[in-house]
Amino acid sequence: MWTLIAQIFPYAIAFTIPLLITSLGGLFSERSGVVNIGLEGLMVVGSFTGAIVIYTLQPIMSPDLAVWIGLLAAALAGGVFAILHAFASINLNANQVISGTAINMMAGALTVFLARNVTGSGNIPIVRGLLRRDVPILSEIPVIGRLFFTSTYATTWLVLAILLLGWYVIYKTSYGLRLRACGEHPHAADSAGVNVYKVRYIAVILSGAFSGLGGGILLVTIAGEFTGSVAGLGFLALAALIFGQWKPLGILGATAFFGLASTIANVSSVIPMLKVIPGVILKVFPYIVTLIALVAFSKSSQAPKAAGEPYEKGKR
Amino acid sequence: MKQSIMKKIPKELVVSLLAVVLGLIAGALFMLFTGNNPFAGYSYLIKGGTMSIERLGNTLATASPLILTGLSIAFAFKTGLFNIGAPGQVLFGGFCATAVALSVNAPKPLLLLLSVSAAALGGALWGSVPGFLKAKFNVHEVVSSIMMNWIAYWVVYYAIPAYFKGSFLETESRKIAHQASLRVDWLTKLFDGSYINLGLFIGIIAVFVVAFILNRTVLGYELKSVGFNRHAAEYAGISVNKNIILAMMISGALAGIGGAIIYTGNAANLQIGIVPTQGFDGIAVSLLGANTPIGVLASAIFFGLLYSGKGFMNAMTNIPPEIADTIIATIIYFAATSVLIERGLDKLKRKRRGN
Amino acid sequence: MDYVVEMLNIRKEFPGIVANDDITLKLKKGEIHALLGENGAGKSTLMSILFGLYQADRGQIRVNGKDVNISNPNVANELGIGMVHQHFKLVHNFTVTENIILGLEPKRGLSVDVKSAAKRVKELSEQYGLNVDPNAKIEDVSVGMQQRVEILKMLYRNADILIFDEPTAVLTPQEIEDLMKIMRNLIKEGKSIILITHKLKEIKAVADRCTVIRRGKFIGTVDVDSTTKAQMAEMMVGREVLFSVEKPDKEAGEVILKLDKVSVKSNREGVVAVKDFSLEVKEGEILGLAGVEGNGQSELVEAITGLKDIVSGKIFINGKDISNFSIRERINSGIAHIPEDRQKRGLVLDYTIGQNMVLEIYDRKPFSERGLLNHNAITEYAQQIVEDFDVRAGQGVESVARSLSGGNQQKAIVGREIELNPDLLIAVQPTRGLDVGSIEYIHSRLIEQRNRGKAILLVSLELDEVLNLSDRIAIINSGELVGIVDAKDTNENEIGLMMAGIKRGDTD
Repeated sequence: MWTLIAQIFPYAIAFTIPLLITSLGGLFSERSGVVNIGLEGLMVVGSFTGAIVIYTLQPIMSPDLAVWIGLLAAALAGGVFAILHAFASINLNANQVISGTAINMMAGALTVFLARNVTGSGNIPIVRGLLRRDVPILSEIPVIGRLFFTSTYATTWLVLAILLLGWYVIYKTSYGLRLRACGEHPHAADSAGVNVYKVRYIAVILSGAFSGLGGGILLVTIAGEFTGSVAGLGFLALAALIFGQWKPLGILGATAFFGLASTIANVSSVIPMLKVIPGVILKVFPYIVTLIALVAFSKSSQAPKAAGEPYEKGKR
Repeated sequence: MKQSIMKKIPKELVVSLLAVVLGLIAGALFMLFTGNNPFAGYSYLIKGGTMSIERLGNTLATASPLILTGLSIAFAFKTGLFNIGAPGQVLFGGFCATAVALSVNAPKPLLLLLSVSAAALGGALWGSVPGFLKAKFNVHEVVSSIMMNWIAYWVVYYAIPAYFKGSFLETESRKIAHQASLRVDWLTKLFDGSYINLGLFIGIIAVFVVAFILNRTVLGYELKSVGFNRHAAEYAGISVNKNIILAMMISGALAGIGGAIIYTGNAANLQIGIVPTQGFDGIAVSLLGANTPIGVLASAIFFGLLYSGKGFMNAMTNIPPEIADTIIATIIYFAATSVLIERGLDKLKRKRRGN
Repeated sequence: MDYVVEMLNIRKEFPGIVANDDITLKLKKGEIHALLGENGAGKSTLMSILFGLYQADRGQIRVNGKDVNISNPNVANELGIGMVHQHFKLVHNFTVTENIILGLEPKRGLSVDVKSAAKRVKELSEQYGLNVDPNAKIEDVSVGMQQRVEILKMLYRNADILIFDEPTAVLTPQEIEDLMKIMRNLIKEGKSIILITHKLKEIKAVADRCTVIRRGKFIGTVDVDSTTKAQMAEMMVGREVLFSVEKPDKEAGEVILKLDKVSVKSNREGVVAVKDFSLEVKEGEILGLAGVEGNGQSELVEAITGLKDIVSGKIFINGKDISNFSIRERINSGIAHIPEDRQKRGLVLDYTIGQNMVLEIYDRKPFSERGLLNHNAITEYAQQIVEDFDVRAGQGVESVARSLSGGNQQKAIVGREIELNPDLLIAVQPTRGLDVGSIEYIHSRLIEQRNRGKAILLVSLELDEVLNLSDRIAIINSGELVGIVDAKDTNENEIGLMMAGIKRGDTD
């Protein structure tokens, strides 16, 4: 049992991290009042950009440096692409769900279109991704050291740091106060002199940058190549956002749960203990649980009140 | 004189046409950007979809499932629901049709009736879950539909190899017999061996049925009342919950029939591991068609043309076929931001009046 | 003379309508200046211009004698102008302090310094006698308290010129008293106030001067002390206003609606909105239900019409127990309902007027048969209502409901409900937000129904409306029946006290 847990734990964490950072992006966007179902597409954009940068740079510089530059580019590209969604939702009062769908479709089609111009097949392989490393000293701690600090990706610590920072920004800074006000009652924020458009733009661009980073991390830790899709992880991040009730610590728990559940489903065929459970049950488990959670939270939902509603200045 | 003509053209049509034009322009820019000639690209794209009877047939065949998924999403929109679950409904409906086609032995007309009905039922079942959750627990249908898409994906992923494994590949079902296929000899012959099939007629019939339901029936009146203003509908004694579930079931059934056309008409088997993009494309079809049945028909044929011509374009030029998907996605974006176009039109009008 | 605000010859046009036409308003330092006008007269537009939400097309604004250009609310804030909006602009899950500092957060390092802000809020609250807890969450405090938070928001921003937009609409009589005390305190501390209202009584109670506008035009500025209510009303409406409605004496008949100890849960979790409520409404009478907003009226009406389940008790129509009937079954049993919010419940705004006129009866013959609609029959029926009830719409029954003015939308609803020929007509706030012409018209149609022997349950927050129309008046407080009085032998004071929960005789 212990060896089993010790074996799957690093995989579960690796799977959790891109979900977590993407979900945190969604949190910023929705807390500001903009629903963003384009997370999936923004992850694809990040994965593509990361792949193309790393593919180009790895032959000419240290592979590690190339990976980090690729991740930075992924975040930037996600942020830039998210401006499309921000413009539609914030300036044009578009239906945010439709705009998000358009983002998903555009990202899927456009990146493969561009990738084909580079490699022909539309897939972009990278020479190598990020290496796993032990954290010095901490990995010596019994049990915990083995689970959390042995053979970890540096991106895991980066994302956890961003999560902590995100929590601080949302709850302790004036931007956070304004962000939450815009998501709950934008007219109140506006009448208090807050520039609702600006707050929302920043939040949506952040959501794009985080999702892009998520796509990039997926590429350099798990996938190893760009294939034109992130297999529904963006949608799962969206589910985690709801499951985590739009709170940073909540989504940490939700994504960890999804990470563990998905990892178990993926490795079940080689683990005797799990073999008895049909694969399909393990695979649909996270989605079913989300449906149940949606029902359970339906009465006491903490969803931002103004999420999804276009905001027009001067209209009461 | 000119003004009176301008007034007769509905604003939705102008907006849709402009969205198409903007999408095509964006596509041209992408072609230019990647070093290709857009004029050549578009001419091969159109030729690829129209230059022979067979290709014309293929265009219509590609359009057929899009008519159904477009109707599915338009129908849900009319009831105030966003059915982003169409991909899952297509997949599960198509799976049901395939299952019937592979396991029932009956004369062709009866078998087709059975398989298409099974697809409709399967789609309706898949649509009913988000409908029920919305009605009973006020769970947003978008999120629950997305979950249902993935559940359909994995259920089919495991069910096909387990029960209907193909003879060579693990990743697809057995081929269905000609007797169970929506393809019919006279149509194939008429279109020079195209894979066009009865799905086209199913689509056209569905357009009329949906238009009739929405505009002429008590059911349509109730559904639209709930869609436009559920509080007023409730006030007037119209059961909001019943209509939401019903709308999602009908919407799901339409998408499910689209699945039957895809897997037992246009194709002859079901491949696993692929989310049917026709489900998402239905959103574009519906939006571009201003959520009206006849608009859906027109825009489905347009998208059918883009899709069936892209292969030929790719063969004749260096332009990757994904340009078609890119154009469609761009069109949705412009349809979603129609305010931009409307504002532009208003400005134009005011300028003209000023002169 | 010292003027803190001068708005001179202001003009503002919206597409198709002149909202403000050459309006002048001058606010003296240290006065309460009322801005009086009907709904839609242009009061809000004028104040939005002063607050920087709109720009005037023509005219001048001076603050403290200097020409200013107020391009957005931030400029207004800097000039010391603050506004208490009619619909409070408060974030429900924020604390009082967080709401007040939003947009102007004091910082310590990178963090917001909530602690010192809360201290300052407490000080201000004490200085002006507002009695507000800085750490309470907005969703947990009363409406009156929320309004004080709005006032604190202005004081925190050092506003000297305070605009109150219809501040009493949501308050209990006691809270209105308190508010007036607060306003006088503010004046004492050197502030100046503009009070937007259409209630003459309040103007008489607190205002020094009053500027009247009508249909976007400036009518005049008067001294409140030397002007009678009737004079101000005439300035506001443009003709003599009858304060009472003519209605012949009539013996009430059989009981139509009977409520027997009805209890209803509130829309908020766990609270009971209506407790053991018993009432009878008879043929040929208007029974007015008076109460302060949020005391259970809405829930009671929802329980009668079936929009809400009852917890206990029974509801009878013509002696038939309808407690478990569906909404449609109740409509078919003879209940018609003019809803509180005409745009939310009353109309499907995207349907045509024709389609809206059969909202409850589309499934009856001749409007439909075997599941198919008969558009001709629907149009013909709607045509009749539009003509009978003077509904003015560009394209008649083919007009989309959204395109009609509020008054015409309401007339269409009233027409539709009366045309149902119900035994019981429930009219909730039937004239809210309408101009005087439409109000008088709807009142006369309600009286006509009473005279024809219908039972009418009138629910209104406007005490004058209840007093003028009703034969009997039931008063509700905290979901309980305080008492029932004859309209003929009561007055505003008595009902006001009962609305506050004080029973008849308690005061003697």
